[in-house]
Amino acid sequence: MQGALEDFFRALRAADVKVSPVEAIDAHLTVAKVGFSDRELFKDALCATLAKTADEVVRFDATFDTFFARDQVSFTPPPPSGQDGGDPMDGLPPEAAESDLARMLLEGDAASIAQAMEEAAERAQVSQIRLSTQRSRLTRRLLEEMGLAQIEAIINAARKLEGGGDAADRLEAGKRKLAEEAQRYVARQHELYASGSGKMLREEMLARKALNAEGGIDPVDQAMMQALVKKMAKRLADRYSRRRNRAKRGHMDIRRTLRKSMPYGGMPFEVIWKTEKIDKPSIVCICDVSKSVAAAAQFLLTFLYSLNEVVDRMEAYAFSGRLISVNNILDDEHVDGAIFEVLKRIGFQQTDYGKSLEDFCENHLDHVDRHTTVIFLGDGRSNYADPRLDLMATIQKRARSVIWLNPEPESYWSQGDSVMYRYERFCHVAKTCNTLGQLERIIEDVLRTYVPH
Amino acid sequence: MTLSTTAAIKAAPTDVLSSVDALIAGLASVGYIASKRIATALYMAIHLQKPILVEGSAGVGKTELALSTAALLGQPLIRMQCYEGLDESKALYEWKYGKQLLYTQILKDRMGAALSDAADMDAAMDRLHGIGDLFFSEPFLEPRPLMKALKEDDGCVLLIDEIDKSDEAFEAFLLEVLSAYQVSIPELGVIKAKTPPLVFLTSNNVRDLGDALKRRCLHLHIPLPDAALERRIVASRVPDIEATLTAELVGFVQSLRTLDLRKSPSISETVDWARALILLNADSLDVEVVRDTLNVLLKFEPDINAVEPQIGELLRRPAA
Repeated sequence: MQGALEDFFRALRAADVKVSPVEAIDAHLTVAKVGFSDRELFKDALCATLAKTADEVVRFDATFDTFFARDQVSFTPPPPSGQDGGDPMDGLPPEAAESDLARMLLEGDAASIAQAMEEAAERAQVSQIRLSTQRSRLTRRLLEEMGLAQIEAIINAARKLEGGGDAADRLEAGKRKLAEEAQRYVARQHELYASGSGKMLREEMLARKALNAEGGIDPVDQAMMQALVKKMAKRLADRYSRRRNRAKRGHMDIRRTLRKSMPYGGMPFEVIWKTEKIDKPSIVCICDVSKSVAAAAQFLLTFLYSLNEVVDRMEAYAFSGRLISVNNILDDEHVDGAIFEVLKRIGFQQTDYGKSLEDFCENHLDHVDRHTTVIFLGDGRSNYADPRLDLMATIQKRARSVIWLNPEPESYWSQGDSVMYRYERFCHVAKTCNTLGQLERIIEDVLRTYVPH
Repeated sequence: MTLSTTAAIKAAPTDVLSSVDALIAGLASVGYIASKRIATALYMAIHLQKPILVEGSAGVGKTELALSTAALLGQPLIRMQCYEGLDESKALYEWKYGKQLLYTQILKDRMGAALSDAADMDAAMDRLHGIGDLFFSEPFLEPRPLMKALKEDDGCVLLIDEIDKSDEAFEAFLLEVLSAYQVSIPELGVIKAKTPPLVFLTSNNVRDLGDALKRRCLHLHIPLPDAALERRIVASRVPDIEATLTAELVGFVQSLRTLDLRKSPSISETVDWARALILLNADSLDVEVVRDTLNVLLKFEPDINAVEPQIGELLRRPAA
C-alpha cells in the first residue's frame, strides 16, 4: 500500500496539490487509522490531511477518482469452437502451458490480468511518464514486461501446428485486447502524472515571452496571462495589507506613561509601549496606451487592472495624446471589458508625453504626496514633442518615489524619438519590463525597496 | 442542547469517537447536522491530534462546529477572536504590571529591615539573592486564551476564530502552539500542555494563509449544503417548524443561491428566516410574506432590489 500511496502523492503533486513530507506522514497515519475498506471514508480522511484549499479539494477529488479508478476490464475470449467446457488451452503448442499470460487471456481472467499489468507497469516504470510522445514507447515496454514476446511465439507455433489455427486466432484476439488495455492504462498514467507539467511548461514559456514581440500575446494564452498577473498583484496586495502600526516591544513611551500616571499620584501603573507608525502608501499609476506600445498595452492594462483590484489607495490614469482617469472603468467593468473600454476611449492615438503630463499636473497632482509611489508604464517615446521635463521634476519632488517600467530594452532608450534617458533622471528606478517574469521580479525588488516601510 | 445530554455524553465519550458514523450521530444529538466529510475531518483531527482549519463563506457553521464539538466532548470551550493588531500580549499572556510595581514597592519597604543586620555590602547582596525572586513568576502572569487552553489539564476545545484577520507575524507565532502544543515565555521557560487541546481555526479567506500554518492543520472546507441536508439542519434548529414550510423555504433559498448575488444566503440566514417565519405565524410562503422578510435573507440593498421582482417566479420554481 505504501508504494501506491507514494504514487498517489506524486499524482497529486502533478495536479498541483502540494504534498510535503509531513503531510505524507500524516496521510500514512490516516490510512493506518481508517483503513481502506470504506472507500468514502478513505477518500474524505485523505482529503482532510492533504488538500489545504478549496481549489485543492477539487483537484484532489479529480485525482483520487482517476487514480483509484480500476474499471473492470472484461476479457471475454471467443469460446473454443470445439466441444463446450473443454480446456481453452486445447490446440496450442506445449510451451503454452508454461505461459500464465496465455492462460489468463484465454480464460478471460480480468482480475489477474489487471494485477499482472500493475506489476509489469512497476517494472517498466510507466509512472515516470512525462510527455505524451512517450506513450507508445511505454505501452510497448509494458507489453514486453507482461510477456508479449512469448505470446507471439506461441501464436506462431500454433499456426504451424495442425488444427492450431483456431486457438491461435483466439489468442490473437486476446492479445489485441490486451494491447488496447495497455494503451488505456498508459494514457491514464499520463493524465495523472504529466498533464500538469504541460501546463507548467506553457506558463513558464509565457512568463519569458516578450510581451511586445510580434503579435503580442497569443489569444489562447490571454486567460493564463491574466491569471498569472492576478497572482502577482495578489502577492503585492498581501504586502500592502499588512499592519501599519507595529508595537515596538520593550521600548517604553516615557512621555505617555507619565501622563497616564497622573491619576495614580505619579505612580506609573499603566505602562505604555512605544509604537511605530507605518503610513499607508498610495499608488498612482500612469499607463501609456498609445500606438507605439500597442502590443504591450494589453499587458500593461491587465497589470493596471489587477493592481486596482487589490490595492485600496490606487489612482489609475491612461494616456496617449491626452490623459484621463480610468478609475471608474477599472472599478465597474470586468477585466476584458475594462481593457476594451480604456482602449476605445483613449487608446492608439499619437503619443504626447508633454501634453499628458500637463493634463496630469493640472487636474490630478493633488493625489501625489509624500506617501505616494508613482508608477509610469510606457516606452518614453514622445514623437519629438516637448517632453516637459519640468513637470516630471515637479512630480518627482512631490512623490515618495517614481518608478518607470519600460517595455523596450535599455539599448533603445536613446534612439529615435525616445526620451527615456531624459526622463530616467527623475526616476528612482527605471527598468525594462517586457515579460511577465521580469515584471514579477521588479515587483519583488522595487516595491520592497521603494514602498516605504 | 441541554445539560443532561452533555453529561450523558461525557460519561461515554469514547463511544462517540469510535467511528465516523458515531460522531455524526453524536453531533446530531447536540444539534449539529454534519455531513460525512465534516465528521471525517473532525474524526481525523481528534485521532491524529492535529488542529483543524475550517474554511467556508460566512454563516455555514464554522464556529458552530467548534461549539458543538465542545458540547459533545463535554469540554470547556476557549474562544479567541482574531483581529488586525492582535499580538501575543493579548493572545498568550501579559504580566500584571500594576501588581509587579506594588511588589517592588513592598520589597523596597521591607528591604531595609531585612538587610539591616548584614555586616557589609557583600553579605547584604548574598542575602538579597537568597530572597526568592517573585518578580517574574506565575502569580504575576495574566493568562490569555492560548495560555488558558494549554493549562486546561483535562483538555479543552480551543477556537481561534477568523485567523485570516490576524497579521502574518501572529500567524507565525501560532506555529509553535499548533505543532507542539507549547509556548515559550522568555522569563519562565517552556509551558507545555498536559492534554493537547482540540484546536479549531476558522477562516473566511480574507487573505491567503501561509503554507507553514496550513501544513500543520487538517483542512476542512464547508460548502453551502444541499437541499436535503439543509432541511435537516432547519428541522433540528427550529423544532416547531412544519415539514412543508421547511421544504418550501429551503427550496426558495436554494434557488436564491443560483442567482448572481453579492452575498448568497448561507445556513445561518436560512435558520434565521425560518425563525422569523414562525414568529409571523406563516404556514406557507407567498409573495407578500417573502417580500416582507427578505431583509433577513439578503444583507445588501442591491441584492434585495434584484430579487424582489423575481419572488413570484422563484416561488413557483419546483423545489430542488
